[in-house]
Amino acid sequence: MSDIPAQGFRRATEETKGVQVLLILGVVACMTLLLFAPLIAVFSAALADGAVAAVQSLGNADARSAIVLTLTVTAIAVPLNAAFGIAAAWAITKFEFRGKAFLITLIDLPFSVSPVVAGLCLVLLFGANSLIGGWLVAQGNPIIFALPGIVLATMFITFPFVARELIPVMIEQGKAEEEAALTLGAGGWRVFLTVTLPNIRWALLYGVLLCNARAMGEFGAVAVVSGKIRGQTATMPITIEMLYNEYLSVAAFSMAALLALLALVTLALKTALEWRYADQLAATHRH
Amino acid sequence: MHIDIDEISKEFGVTAALHPVSLAIPSGALVALLGPSGSGKTTLLRILGGLEFPTAGRVLFDGADATNLSVQDRRAGFVFQSYALFRHMTVFENIAYGLRARAKAARPSSPEIARRVTKLLDLIQLPQIGDRYPTQLSGGQRQRVALARALAIEPRMLLLDEPFGALDAKVRKELRQGLRDIHDTTGLTTVFVTHDQEEAMELADLVVVMSMGRIEQVGKPEDVRARPKTQFVREFISA
Repeated sequence: MSDIPAQGFRRATEETKGVQVLLILGVVACMTLLLFAPLIAVFSAALADGAVAAVQSLGNADARSAIVLTLTVTAIAVPLNAAFGIAAAWAITKFEFRGKAFLITLIDLPFSVSPVVAGLCLVLLFGANSLIGGWLVAQGNPIIFALPGIVLATMFITFPFVARELIPVMIEQGKAEEEAALTLGAGGWRVFLTVTLPNIRWALLYGVLLCNARAMGEFGAVAVVSGKIRGQTATMPITIEMLYNEYLSVAAFSMAALLALLALVTLALKTALEWRYADQLAATHRH
Repeated sequence: MHIDIDEISKEFGVTAALHPVSLAIPSGALVALLGPSGSGKTTLLRILGGLEFPTAGRVLFDGADATNLSVQDRRAGFVFQSYALFRHMTVFENIAYGLRARAKAARPSSPEIARRVTKLLDLIQLPQIGDRYPTQLSGGQRQRVALARALAIEPRMLLLDEPFGALDAKVRKELRQGLRDIHDTTGLTTVFVTHDQEEAMELADLVVVMSMGRIEQVGKPEDVRARPKTQFVREFISA
């Protein structure tokens, strides 16, 4: 250690300029190959027969039904999972109770279980041959091969995203601010709305955006429970697969490009919000 | 308001944080709960504030049983160890929080809230900082804002958890006098927790020395110093 000068700053990197440039180029090359190239490939395949053909392929009844179905499922699943995620993170981080470790494991379950297995479990539970499913079909409200099943499968797969994003933030913040609000006379609900929620809003936003992206893109579990009925229970990812298997590559890639575009819009939205509220972010994150 | 602690005990699971303790705090006193970490002093303070509830025993405010009174109904001005200011609110909003949280009938009008916040900012001698966020304040300023926020609810007593713990020595000395002044101006019964015997001796009218969930000695600073009751007190105050 004697060769380190006692005073003055040490440079953060000691590699020569050449090595630095080489490393940076390597990273850029990897990013291009793994992230940008596939995206460009999807869009160029979609536009292979021109923009008109791409847009037309999205205009037929089945394609429109798939888009509406995916947006509907997302619109139901994401707010519900946001609410459940907040509730779970709140319980885990602000209270002590028996079985907390078990609950945390349970929240992670969808990450470790294969989506296909999750889908099959839902079929076993709610399918026409099961006790509950048989009754529900008799009532005219089937779950499997219908919208409720797709929503349930999507919710199961995307359940951890919001809670996982919130838990570390809420642990770090502790519960002193909530307790302070209580001593100032605020009730539980008011404390949640005026103290807890504003403190977690950025983590919540990230969680919801991740959850949203995953919900729109979910394939495995939904494929099992939806029955892939064209124009009825085929979501966007499932429609993409069916079109691709039928060698309708322009239609398949147009739908894929639209799905990618929806994901990009959410990312852009997040960036815009971050940019818009940069001051606030800095003020609340510094400590 | 005088506070009576009557045979209070507190267990967390199998560990006892407080063995039955009793203590009478006269109205308007400035009391220090003094002891090392793990002595139960913070637990006792939190029980007074309604943030914890005792396993057994009673708390009396002005002779009336307050053991099961909710934290909101206690009207205890509480200053937390690291102040727990609301980080997403300005200093003004922080101080106004308790007034705005009141039920509609008891809530002051907006101009009245502004007037009271301004008055409190004057009291803590920081009249210009209403628009700042907590992160833009020094440690000493944060402590005073936390004090103003606690005072805004017109509390019946003031409870402070290690109010000087996070400050450097110079600011600590200044703010000790600040707390003394505010106590003398408001006349509020004030209880603060500290592990610093010098701070307790210098600031408090009454020192309560605690160890391992028990009260070792209660007395005026000079009496505790002159006549330590137990071996523990003797060693702790000479440290």
